[in-house]
Amino acid sequence: MSVAFLPGVLQTLPQNADYVRILPEIVLSVFGMIVMVLEPLLDEKTGQKILGLIALAGALAGLAATWFMAQVPGVAFWNMIRVDGFSVFFHVLVIAIAAVVILSSYEYMAVQRIRAGEYYALILFGTVGVALMSSAVELVLIFIALEISSISSYVLAGFRRHEAASAESSLKYFLLGSFATAFFLYGVALMFGATGSTNIDLIAQALRAGPIPLLAFVAVALMFVGLGFKVAAAPFHIWTPDVYEGAPAPIVGFMSTAPKAAAFAVLLRVVFVINVHAIFWVIWIAAALSMTLGNVSAFVQDNVKRLLAYSSIAHAGYVLVAFAAAPQLGTSAVMFYTAAYAAMNLGAFAVVTHFANAGERYVTLEDYEGLGRSSPLLAATLTIFLLSLIGIPMTGGFFAKFYVFSAAVKANLIWLTIIGVLNSGVGAYYYLRIIVMMYMRESRKEIPVTPTPLALRVALAVCLVATLYLGLFPGRVLQYAQDSAQQLVPQTSPGVTSSAKVHTATETF
Amino acid sequence: MESMLHITTLHYLVLGAALFLLGVVGVLTRRNVVIVLMSIELILNAVNLNLVAFSRLWGGLHGQVFAIFIITDAAAEAAVGLGILIAFFRNKETVNIDEVNLLKW
Repeated sequence: MSVAFLPGVLQTLPQNADYVRILPEIVLSVFGMIVMVLEPLLDEKTGQKILGLIALAGALAGLAATWFMAQVPGVAFWNMIRVDGFSVFFHVLVIAIAAVVILSSYEYMAVQRIRAGEYYALILFGTVGVALMSSAVELVLIFIALEISSISSYVLAGFRRHEAASAESSLKYFLLGSFATAFFLYGVALMFGATGSTNIDLIAQALRAGPIPLLAFVAVALMFVGLGFKVAAAPFHIWTPDVYEGAPAPIVGFMSTAPKAAAFAVLLRVVFVINVHAIFWVIWIAAALSMTLGNVSAFVQDNVKRLLAYSSIAHAGYVLVAFAAAPQLGTSAVMFYTAAYAAMNLGAFAVVTHFANAGERYVTLEDYEGLGRSSPLLAATLTIFLLSLIGIPMTGGFFAKFYVFSAAVKANLIWLTIIGVLNSGVGAYYYLRIIVMMYMRESRKEIPVTPTPLALRVALAVCLVATLYLGLFPGRVLQYAQDSAQQLVPQTSPGVTSSAKVHTATETF
Repeated sequence: MESMLHITTLHYLVLGAALFLLGVVGVLTRRNVVIVLMSIELILNAVNLNLVAFSRLWGGLHGQVFAIFIITDAAAEAAVGLGILIAFFRNKETVNIDEVNLLKW
């Protein structure tokens, strides 16, 4: 009897292709474990360099693995994971972010004298979480992935644990983060109750079958709280400036881009499931609030890390504008924006990391006075990133904003567009303030200028090329984003529904 | 008499909602970080209760399995959280949330 039973069991076991579909996650985990195992075997000085190289190799191997993953689109592990253009896009994005962060950490580790093993391993594990978030189509897995990335970033935020500020930022991040996750979970439980499933496709099917039950509305609202926290959207943004100020600078670069991008990816999947109009006003208000609060608060900041934190809240608001727009156009705009934002923000934080020096001493606006003269190349690089954050043409930031606002206009969100455009005008002021400080003021302090190490140069070059590429030739990335946005529609019954959905979506524009 | 003793899904949901509210109030009003942590655990238990109740309603074991995942995650979170709390305590010699005030505005 057991022999007859066996083939049936074997068929339900994961197939080989299933493992290829999570290959990037497997590769990153393995490299993370290698880093942890090797750490105690090496002495502190040589260890930092070698472990950093292994971690970098891990990230690059993860990128290569993503290529293999992209060859086998489809679902895996009993509909828990879906590999499509959408998840491949976010995999490439977050793993590239990890690689750049590892590169810009090299110098930081040596200056701050941080033990490298756990640091690099946690970056890799955190990347596993964010990568998994983008391909998960099951709420259980989304939750697990969210927690993998969150717990890694809680610890990373407190890595300068002898600094009171760092420990405090970690504690704040942890308390508010787990509070938000609890809300998210309560929402997931209610969604399970409303539809009887935790699979996104099945939930979509259940919700389309009839009028959306009240329980599902409450569920989505609660889930939005949890994800809104992750993307630092107002009114769930209070933690952002404090955590960004206290956490190690390269980690802030990571936290402000990778988990954010992944949380937007999850939000997109959830938004596609629920009819967008169901939570339209929630998103509208969150977008308007984030943009306004972020930009207005950034005005009065003297600490550059804090200023960039408020700027990141404002940028989350711009992305939410695209969410409020209808599915098809909005999705590709969101994807493009997260990529462009990652490139320019990582670059800006890499410069801030280097300039802040040992103990993160030089982080106020005053310290940036005269930087244009003392290290012209670094100042010029930072200027380009800041111009991109403003949204000046020829940089990635311009097209990112352009696509977001054109999607909003096409969806008839005139008021939200007006608020957004006004905000980007206001936002220009505080970015320009840093540039003015660098070029038009004389330095009043004696600030040591350290030579930029090779690793940092490579990291900056990658960010710079990405920012300019997205600004000069946005076509290919945008085309890719549009193609994968089409695949995102939940496949309730493949072919018929999805093409019908696309049709109605284009009709509304 | 016997029908009055029958416990329906709604009973579980009300209990879950009560636990959830208790947890939220605890997080917002308590000043001791350890108690705040316990309140967050309370919310997670409310979630577990809801999941198991819904699982009974719909049939199948989805909810139960999900609850086990959440319990595991809560353990990991508590371990990390207490570790962070100890790092914080070493710097400031307190677990009072009002003293978490180095970073503001």
